Amino acid sequence: MAHGALMHDSVDDVAVVIHDVTSGDDIKVVTLQGEEFGTVKAVQDIPLGHKIALRDMAEGKEVIKYGRAIGRATQDIAQGAHVHTHNVVSIRWETSIDE
Amino acid sequence: MNNLKLTGYRRQNGRVGVRNHVMIIPVDDISNAAAEGVASLIRGTYALTHPYGRLQFGDDLDLTFNTLIGAGRNPNVAAAIVIGIEPRWADKIANAIAETGKPVASFSIERYGDLKTIEMAAHKAKEFVQYATELQREPIELGELWVSAKCGESDTTLGLASLPAMGRVLERMTAAGSTAIFGETTEVTGAEDKIANQCINDQVRADFMKVFQDYQDFVIGTGANLMGSQPTRGNIRGGLTTIEEKALGNVEKMGRNDVVSVLQPAEEPKGPGLHFMDTSSAAAEMVTLCAAAGSVLHFFATGQGNIIGNPLIPVMKMSANPLTVSTMAEHIDVDLTAMLKLEMSVDQAADKVMEMMARNVNGRLTAAEALRHEEFVLTKLYRSA
Repeated sequence: MAHGALMHDSVDDVAVVIHDVTSGDDIKVVTLQGEEFGTVKAVQDIPLGHKIALRDMAEGKEVIKYGRAIGRATQDIAQGAHVHTHNVVSIRWETSIDE
Repeated sequence: MNNLKLTGYRRQNGRVGVRNHVMIIPVDDISNAAAEGVASLIRGTYALTHPYGRLQFGDDLDLTFNTLIGAGRNPNVAAAIVIGIEPRWADKIANAIAETGKPVASFSIERYGDLKTIEMAAHKAKEFVQYATELQREPIELGELWVSAKCGESDTTLGLASLPAMGRVLERMTAAGSTAIFGETTEVTGAEDKIANQCINDQVRADFMKVFQDYQDFVIGTGANLMGSQPTRGNIRGGLTTIEEKALGNVEKMGRNDVVSVLQPAEEPKGPGLHFMDTSSAAAEMVTLCAAAGSVLHFFATGQGNIIGNPLIPVMKMSANPLTVSTMAEHIDVDLTAMLKLEMSVDQAADKVMEMMARNVNGRLTAAEALRHEEFVLTKLYRSA
């Protein structure tokens, strides 16, 4: 199975899907170096370029990408969920747009 | 990659251009009509119109002067004509351009009117075009190129693919002796420590942190915030959630280069290597400032499809987003989508970018040039008097 999502760092909480994903799809996740992280079942539709949760995250958790916090979860996020402005805010600028 | 065959126009001051423009530069908004009049009469000239230049003062006036002077000094310009409403400011700009040794002439409209001014300037413009069209390209070295780099309409594909490729290109170019510029002061928020860590010494680090913090303080001082602007709606549509995420992608374009100095907007670098310029992240403003600082070619990575160009320098687009590359193909010079499939390494992508760079240097029009994207946009610091 070809990979469907890329992660920057092996400790990341999220990966970027490289094509449109439909809820229920099994997504193979690899690092940029091609190392396999595993397979995650999408629980929501996720558009090309958006992020999928690689693990369950509790509200308030720092969301890690590039091996660093890119924001904070504003609600519990399930593995396989779409991670974006509806459930993550900037830490630096305290708030994000909720579309 | 050292076998790239590159050609350019060697100017009187030793700098190398990759285009051979004759620019008609208005000092102020009300001289645009005369500049356009000359450009419409004389083939091969271009009117560099803009909306400012009257009753500016202080740093804001200096930046307009430095941008117009820098535009004329750019090595892609063979010769320049400056037209202002009165002679003092027109001469000030023309004299600073003339320091490069290239042909320059200055005209002013008061006591002549537009039509007489156009007639006089058109005679000189014809002479300059005939001078420029006889200049020949000659072989140049990679290290003689000054380039600049920015991303726009960013999305998650930039941090994954196009910006690591651009970083690799800039590593190779600075190793060959090139001068390179990047910037975007607000857009590195959340990754400013990565730039600070790559600053070559404590002085440069302090200079960088000062311009970074000054802009953060400026934003706070206005009582506004940048939410809704950074990330942009386009960024969010492309999957970027927060400024930190956007910034961590943005700074990938540094590659492993040292940052050797911090430049004021439109300031010419004093030596080779990668320089940070204090700029907006608005594409046309940023690229214009880089052109004014002497960049002759701009690397532009896009995710969702920023279509910007510049009349002074070729803006070369690369993208790894397959939707953008397929739906906006006419805007993209280098397709890096294979990187997302891990079918193209960072080094292979850098090879592909440099091969296209060589073609663009040697005269191929970039997508933005062919599509007449000529966004010359001055950075305005505050209200005029």
